[in-house]
Parts: sequence; C-alpha cells; structure tokens
Amino acid sequence: MENHINLFVSSVFVNNMVFAYFLGMCSYLAVSKTVKTAVGLGAAVIFVMIITIPVNYLLEKYLLVEGALTWISPKLAELDLSFLSFIMFIAVIAAIVQLVEMIVERFSPSLYNSLGIFLPLIAVNCAILGGALFMQQKEFSTVWESATFALGSGIGWAIAIIALAALREKMKYSNVPAPLRGLGITFILVGLMAMAFMGFMGFKI
Amino acid sequence: MFSSKNLKLLTNPLNLENPITVQVLGICSALAVTVKMKPAFVMALSVIIVTAFSNLIISTLRKSIPVRIRIIVQLVVVASLVIIVDQVLKAFVYDVSKQLSVFVGLIITNCILMGRLEAFAMANKPWESFIDGIGNGIGYGWILIAVSFVREFLGSGSVFGFPVMEKIGAYSIGYVNNGLMIMPPAALIIVGVIIWIQRSRTKSLIEKE
Repeated sequence: MENHINLFVSSVFVNNMVFAYFLGMCSYLAVSKTVKTAVGLGAAVIFVMIITIPVNYLLEKYLLVEGALTWISPKLAELDLSFLSFIMFIAVIAAIVQLVEMIVERFSPSLYNSLGIFLPLIAVNCAILGGALFMQQKEFSTVWESATFALGSGIGWAIAIIALAALREKMKYSNVPAPLRGLGITFILVGLMAMAFMGFMGFKI
Repeated sequence: MFSSKNLKLLTNPLNLENPITVQVLGICSALAVTVKMKPAFVMALSVIIVTAFSNLIISTLRKSIPVRIRIIVQLVVVASLVIIVDQVLKAFVYDVSKQLSVFVGLIITNCILMGRLEAFAMANKPWESFIDGIGNGIGYGWILIAVSFVREFLGSGSVFGFPVMEKIGAYSIGYVNNGLMIMPPAALIIVGVIIWIQRSRTKSLIEKE
C-alpha cells in the first residue's frame, strides 16, 4: 500500500508528465486558453490513461517480452517480440480511444458533449504513448502498480493544464511586449511553473 | 525538380512556418532531448528521415486510403518507420539511444508528423511532400540544435561533448556552470526567448490579441 501511495505522489508531482518530461505539450499549449476546456481535456486524459496503460501492461507481459508466450506453448519461450511494442501500443491506444468514444456517446451523452472533440485528439497526445513507454521502462511487477502510475500521471497532467489555463486567463490583463505575446510568454510561464515543480524533487512519503 | 515553388517548401519551414516556433508542433521532444548536443543532433536526424519518408509514403498512397480510417493508416506507416529508426539507433549508437530513451518511440506521436501528413501529404504529389517533409524536419532540427547548444554550453561548459570551458581554463579563475540549464525549465525559457527574438525580427509573426 505504501508503495502505491509513493508511486502515486511521485507520478503526480515529482515526475509530472508536463514539467519533468514535457509530454503532451502540443495539446497542452493549444487547449489551455480557458479553464473550462482545460478541465474537459484533463478529464479525458485521466480517463484514457487509466484504461490504456494497464491494458498495454498486460499486452507487454503476456505477448511481447521475451518468454511471454510460454502460456501458448513452451516452444515459444525464446521468442522476443518487444521490438513490436511501439506499433502495438499505438494501435491499442487508437483503438481504445475510438471504443471509449463510442461507449461514452452511447451511455452518457452529456459527458460526450462536454469532452467534445478532445477524445479523438487524445490518440495522438504524446502523454498517453509516453505513459505506456515509461510503464514499459519501469518494469512494474503487478498490473495494479501500472494502474496507480496511470492515475497519478493523468492527474498530474490535468493539474498542470488547469493551472496554466487559469494563469493565461489572468494574463489577458497584463501588458506583454508585442513579440512575446501569445506563444512566447506562455513558454516562459510554463518554464517558471516547471521551476516551482522542481521543488518537489526528492519528495517521498 | 527544384522549381522556385519547391525551394519555398524547403526554406519556408526554416523561419516563416517553423514547426516549433510558429506552427507549435512537436514541442515535447524538442524540449526533452536538448540537454546535450549529440542526442539532439541524432534526434533531429531521425525526425528528418521519418517526416520525409512518411510524407512520401502517405502521399503515394493518398488516393487509396479511405478517409475514415486515415489516422490509423498514418499511425501504422509512421510507427513502422520509427521502429526501423529505433533498431538502427540501437545497433549503431547504443549510448545515444539509451539517452533518448522513450523519446525515439514518441516520434510516432510527434505532432509534426501528423500535422504535415494531414495538412500536406494527403493533398499533394509525392515529390513535393518529400521536400516538405525534409524542410519541416530541418526547421525542427535547427531549433533543437540551437536550444541544445545554449544548454550544453552554459550548463556543462562543452560543445558537442568537447569541454571548451575546461580547455580555456575558465574553471581555474572561478567560472561555474549554470546548473539550471540542464534542468527541464531552462529548455522552456530558451524556446520562449528564441520565439521572442524571431518575432521581433519578423514582425508579421506577432500575434494579435
């Protein structure tokens, strides 16, 4: 249990997807103009992460790593398919995003309307694929650990985008030098936020 | 082959339509791999190759791809190219491949690729698309090299792994490396400053609010 709490806290704050690894930056900068849309995208990312990362974990464990196929036949013990992981992960992510979109549309039209175009966009959000690749690197021992990591990373990303959107809403009232307006100042703002998040470094429960 | 229109495709992404500073595509990897120049250079080269060839392949296939499933077709083409690049890197420059870690895989979801495939390759002929891919790859690459030059020079006192500051004896007279430069926030601020410089030189890029 303690292990899970530690993993959760470190993936939300210390190894924050945005501030430590710069993942999902494109949509992070593009969709952070108002708090409302930021909340929508943040929720969608958390949602897709919690589903795709454990699924990819199971695929990795029972299909791709060396010796994973022994459950089919002992003859396959030497087969190592891990070079296929990129194509497998991205296919799983694209398929699950499509599936989630259809399920949400069928059972909860109000949630579907509030997430809007963000769901399909998530398939190419690097935070999701990045999460899957980090999961592969960290070599978790159980699927629950990967789920905790997914939840933490998703929440970390959502916090980051909501905070940036709130700051950008306030920034409309400040007098920024013309060439720095828009994209430039946003980069510097994210830099300052990342510095603040560096304060969590080495933080453990 | 190289008419003035095609040359424009090659030179526009360097400044006026730069993928990073103007189109805001492919930021993630641009920030993450720029601590040292060598991985940044390898990353830039990989992205140039993958954008050029994925543009070429998708543009060749563009008439036979059904519109509804185009995203997944594009992802499969890109993912296959990235697997090839990843295997080549692992075979020939293993240490760089280790430093780049997940970011080689993340070329798949690099927005430059999807952006160029959707915006250009789906509507243009193979040769133009190939040039467009190379142009955008280079536009992305030079920003990467510029950011990593600043970060490596100020943060580690070296250029391309060559210890400049040590050779000229700066440390013995009290020079100290700026530790912040190798931390993630520095990358964001340097890109912000590059955008600032670029926009004050090219006034047409200034955003109106």
